[in-house]
Amino acid sequence: MDEIRIGVFVCHCGTNIAGFVDIASVEEYVKTLPHVVFTQRNLYTCSETGLLAIKNGIEENKLNRVIVAACTPRTHEPLFRGICSEMGLNPYFFEFVNIREQCSWVHQKDREKATLKARDLIRMGVARAALLEPLEKFQIDVKPSTLIIGGGISGMTAASNLANQGFEAIIVEKDIELGGQLRHHHKLYPGNMDSQEILSIIEEILKNPKIIVHTSSKIKDIDGYIGNFDITILKDEEEIKFGVGTIIVATGTDLLKPKGLYNYDGKKVITQKELELLFKKDQFNFKNIVMIQCVGSRNKERPYCSSICCMTAMKNARYIKEKNPDAEIIILNRDIYTSGTYQETYYRDARKMGIIFSRYNESKLPKVSEESVIYFNESMKEEIEIKYDLVVLSTPLISYGESKELSKMLKVPIDEFGFFLEAHVKLRPVDFSNDGIFVCGTCKWPANVPESISQGYAAASRVTRIISKDSFTVEGATAWIDQDKCVTCEICLKKCAYKAITRDEEERVIVRTVLCKGCGVCATTCPQHAIEIRHYTDNQVESQITALLEGDLVE
Amino acid sequence: MDFKPKIIGFLCNWCSYAGADLAGVSRIQYPPNIRIIRLMCSGRVEPYFIFEALKSGIDGVIIMGCHPGECHYMTGNYEAEMKYQLLKSLLTYVDLDNRISLEWVSASEGIRFAEVVTNFTNSIQKLGPSPLKKIDKDSELLFNLNALQIAANDYRLRALIGRKRKILDEGNVYNKKYPKEKFEDLQETAIYDEYQKNRIILYLKKENLSVKDLSERLSIAPNKILEYIVDLRGEGLIDLKDIQELTPYYTAKQEA
Repeated sequence: MDEIRIGVFVCHCGTNIAGFVDIASVEEYVKTLPHVVFTQRNLYTCSETGLLAIKNGIEENKLNRVIVAACTPRTHEPLFRGICSEMGLNPYFFEFVNIREQCSWVHQKDREKATLKARDLIRMGVARAALLEPLEKFQIDVKPSTLIIGGGISGMTAASNLANQGFEAIIVEKDIELGGQLRHHHKLYPGNMDSQEILSIIEEILKNPKIIVHTSSKIKDIDGYIGNFDITILKDEEEIKFGVGTIIVATGTDLLKPKGLYNYDGKKVITQKELELLFKKDQFNFKNIVMIQCVGSRNKERPYCSSICCMTAMKNARYIKEKNPDAEIIILNRDIYTSGTYQETYYRDARKMGIIFSRYNESKLPKVSEESVIYFNESMKEEIEIKYDLVVLSTPLISYGESKELSKMLKVPIDEFGFFLEAHVKLRPVDFSNDGIFVCGTCKWPANVPESISQGYAAASRVTRIISKDSFTVEGATAWIDQDKCVTCEICLKKCAYKAITRDEEERVIVRTVLCKGCGVCATTCPQHAIEIRHYTDNQVESQITALLEGDLVE
Repeated sequence: MDFKPKIIGFLCNWCSYAGADLAGVSRIQYPPNIRIIRLMCSGRVEPYFIFEALKSGIDGVIIMGCHPGECHYMTGNYEAEMKYQLLKSLLTYVDLDNRISLEWVSASEGIRFAEVVTNFTNSIQKLGPSPLKKIDKDSELLFNLNALQIAANDYRLRALIGRKRKILDEGNVYNKKYPKEKFEDLQETAIYDEYQKNRIILYLKKENLSVKDLSERLSIAPNKILEYIVDLRGEGLIDLKDIQELTPYYTAKQEA
């Protein structure tokens, strides 16, 4: 084996690290660690100058391991791995030590201890780096097509965008026609556009030769992996099978039916959705209207804010007021959520029009009786009775029950409310952690129409990154089974959430690398210790533990 | 106070490590005692990592993962919890169970991360330095801890934990579902048995002993020791060495 030559680049990050950690002494200390042949301090390691310094460092000192002690690997690791690759070094020979987010920024009042901690962390990183192994990434072929589950506005936007770029899109919709929730809407805020206008996209979709639409269909089975998913759907009791390269989940949401809440009867006490239906049929004829917000949301059962109901209530109240300025409308709310200046103006204008907004408290919910609503006014601190001829309840968006089943087929997570969980809220908002599967629209979280449309575009754009190329590179940090130790007990087979572990033709238990995400659950479960997780091997983790105690800090 | 606790945190990459980063971005200050090891999932935490850490004198170990239902790998955190419960049970025998902790911290909970670390650091501070910090190689504590570590690493407990969810949720090979309490009783008994058996092996590796000797050292009734001896011989882990004045003496096989 070649001699291990580690280079450590310690970042000042301007004053972000250097202001709270004695970087010069850290560098001096790092020089004394085993296998370290080169150290350098950089003002900003991620800058052009910093990256060039790494390149030169690798070349001039024949480094075969690179450590950057700087910020978090969660944002910058790909950048530095890329630099290693450029220099002909296997990217898995790169090790990141986080001395900013998890050191300098959180121990700003104790320079000495922050410095000692930085030394410890780098020593642990050096120990691990010495044991790193080169890993190969795999290339797999990609079918240039996409399955879109759900034919609502978000899914349709994604489909039309993909088709217009020349890629095949297959929409699977469970209803008899496309359109989703938008079919039930009347006008859309804030521009008062008719929802039918937006739904004209349906015709475009049906005409587009690149888009195949399956209505009255549901997903029966999904197998395979990124680039090569095998899909089985049920269309009118008939099974249809096809293959796609990527999947977009756009299943949307349902609206909560407020059964048993506030005397809901669908006639005198209705939901916003039912109100819009009355508008559409031109059957609306009420004068005294009370709207109640947060019905069945922001409570113990559903603590989340559905985020669209405030604007929806305002939109409908304004519509009524415009048609009949004599109408009396009061919106009972706990808070009003209007994000952005445009929505805030919309709210103010509603108040100017004479719509009354009044607050109630969660602990004293309004009571709806035969003819009046009694509520405790938070500002006046007294009970008020309002006569009504119509009560409208603003209920939240809730996930479809089928989401759970679908999440199991796709092997993607859902949260406790049944909404799909993206890979990262900010960094990867329309990706799933499972490669090749994406998400948009309200099945992820309550969203309005413009948001659902932009998420549809976002998902389509993420998909094209994959299907515009012939092949895809899969992560190399995966599980590996030592056949000499394996006794084929199959406990790991059942543990793997991605069904990545299987029997091969010789009946051996093996890992299908393209499916493996490297979580490590199989390894910690294997009674024979036959499974190794590459890049997070037992030895590598153990070396970090041991290195910590080797420090000069032990009392 | 002179004692500065040394704490290792095993954090999953997706929730708690991100939560720790957020604490940093938000400049929330917390005690500088923790050293974080990043893993992809809390389900990657091998029980023996914790044993190694404790044996080398670490004062406390905290594992953090995504909240139940929010695991990036769907169920990795449930796996972590099962292994943690096993560890907790094992470590009760040596009174070290209060030096480990499992917490759920999401990517958006920077404040919570800092609180969790602060509370854990304080609790370890109160406990004082780990008894394993200054300890000779022949101490009883280290001996028992080694027995526990072998038990945690061995086939029986790992297979039991490995099958736990399936047996509870889907039933065993005869499709018979096990009530949770019953399974947990079984698990506790298995933990106890494995611990004692490994102590026997470790004693027998040092010297040849009789059932009576072992009974005294382990403070367990001779008939129970005999049961273990029969088991261990059946598994081929120990052998009969010789018989002195009608008393059989046993020895452990070195590969055991």
